[in-house]
Amino acid sequence: MKNAVEIQGLTKLYGKLLALDHVSFSVSEGSLFGLIGPDGAGKTTLYQILTTLLNPDDGTATVAGLDVVKDYRKLRTEIGYMPEKFSLYPDLTVDENLHFFASLFGVDVKENFDLIAPIFGQLNKFPNRRAGALSGGMKQKLALSCALIHRPKVLLLDEPTTGVDAVSRSEFWDMLAALKANGITILVSTSYMDEAERCERIALINRGRILDVNSPGILIAGMDKNLYNATAKDMYPLLETLRTFPDVKDCYTFGATLHVVTNDGFNSDDAIGRLRHEGLADARIWPAKGTIEDLFIKLADKDG
Amino acid sequence: MDKEIVISVKDLTKKFGNFIAVDHITIQVSRGEIFGFLGANGAGKTTAMRILCGLSFPTSGTGTVAGYDIIRQAEEIKRHIGYMSQKFSLYEELTVWENLNLFATIYGMSAKDIKKKAGAVFEALGMENMRNVLVKEIPLGWKQKLAFTVATLHSPDIVFLDEPTGGVDPFTRRKFWEMIYRASSEGMTVFVTTHYLDEAEYCNRVSIMVDGHIKALDSPTGLKQRYHAETMDEVFRIVARGAKRWD
Repeated sequence: MKNAVEIQGLTKLYGKLLALDHVSFSVSEGSLFGLIGPDGAGKTTLYQILTTLLNPDDGTATVAGLDVVKDYRKLRTEIGYMPEKFSLYPDLTVDENLHFFASLFGVDVKENFDLIAPIFGQLNKFPNRRAGALSGGMKQKLALSCALIHRPKVLLLDEPTTGVDAVSRSEFWDMLAALKANGITILVSTSYMDEAERCERIALINRGRILDVNSPGILIAGMDKNLYNATAKDMYPLLETLRTFPDVKDCYTFGATLHVVTNDGFNSDDAIGRLRHEGLADARIWPAKGTIEDLFIKLADKDG
Repeated sequence: MDKEIVISVKDLTKKFGNFIAVDHITIQVSRGEIFGFLGANGAGKTTAMRILCGLSFPTSGTGTVAGYDIIRQAEEIKRHIGYMSQKFSLYEELTVWENLNLFATIYGMSAKDIKKKAGAVFEALGMENMRNVLVKEIPLGWKQKLAFTVATLHSPDIVFLDEPTGGVDPFTRRKFWEMIYRASSEGMTVFVTTHYLDEAEYCNRVSIMVDGHIKALDSPTGLKQRYHAETMDEVFRIVARGAKRWD
């Protein structure tokens, strides 16, 4: 299978700060690929290079087979880009924005409307509303429509669901699945780990370096086995107490429970005994199943 | 009225023309409680929160926040609460110290008090060396801790947090929630909106707003039992599913 995105040794410096440090990975054609990393990891810099808005200091990258430096003009016509910040014209209406982007790319809105119809359909109710007056979820749908109107081969989305509620996020990911079925390659970054699990493959990035690239399933399978859930009525004292145990490597909140990362010799009955001794009479501990979020916390902690 | 109730509003309603943004909401929040204020985009959360903060008046309804009347004493409310949002919280072009000083002054603290508290705060945050660094140059995790500190330096009764962790990675989000836990254990009431439903699990009680109404309000455990759900994420999906006002 051909690669829609091919990145080799990509490096970018801002003064002394190494924003990208020999980043290499590839995204196969027609796949849904996630870029996962903490804030400041270098995700946005990578997007800016792939969209030809920045030049790398070293290394190479191609998108849709085109070099980001040499072929930047042609490349721009083959990609759709949704930056992290809303970047449509707030003073233009919904319809005006869409037609503006279509004319920039020299395409006719009608010609490609089938691709955006499921997304744009929800905006049809108010074609004459100014983009700046739309709600968060609607702005996101309009931005996606404008990024798709020229039928790009590769869609580059930088944290598209930040500030969007759970139900709308889930709908957004259904739209991405539909676009993928249309043959569009998607590279998406996110800070929601449930979204990471909806990607076919993900790259974990921190401090400008790629830590691992694989399918979410394989990454989870390769994780530390010494992971437990812990609960008690008073969760904050439980958290603080567990952190003082010598056989506990890490302890953090995880929804309704705490997740406890332990040494090999950890015994949960023994730990419950020690917690009771500390006054946490109702403490419970039982094995937990790791998730991408656990993996992320481990990497972010080790690295930062 | 029970002095341990710090937010008490009844039938709060806000209309914009024919549009009812907030429709008869009634809430009571206790001292030291972490109250999660959830809802889909467009459900009316921001409008309701603006009224509670004294930034907007209700079309009808009554209530008090920090002991002050939401209609007659909005200015007093502003002085007795803290407010932080992810969208706007600090001035990037000012230093860490300048931001702290500016906000504390706006909240009415004396220069002497600010100096005294600032020293202790910078030490607790481990930011002594960053006092004179521009805020735009510090990492996001630090910015968040600083924003929360700036919003609570004047020891308000209640702190309102509007999506404080939007777009923030899981590691940094957890560090932030530990600050919330600490503030709450010291008696500060925390009123927080979020789209991360694992964070809803950390709240003492949670309300879910749909089309301007509060459609569910209980502890996370109570809500999960009522809706036969394993997680707050499932609860949210069940409750918000029927929404007509949707983004």
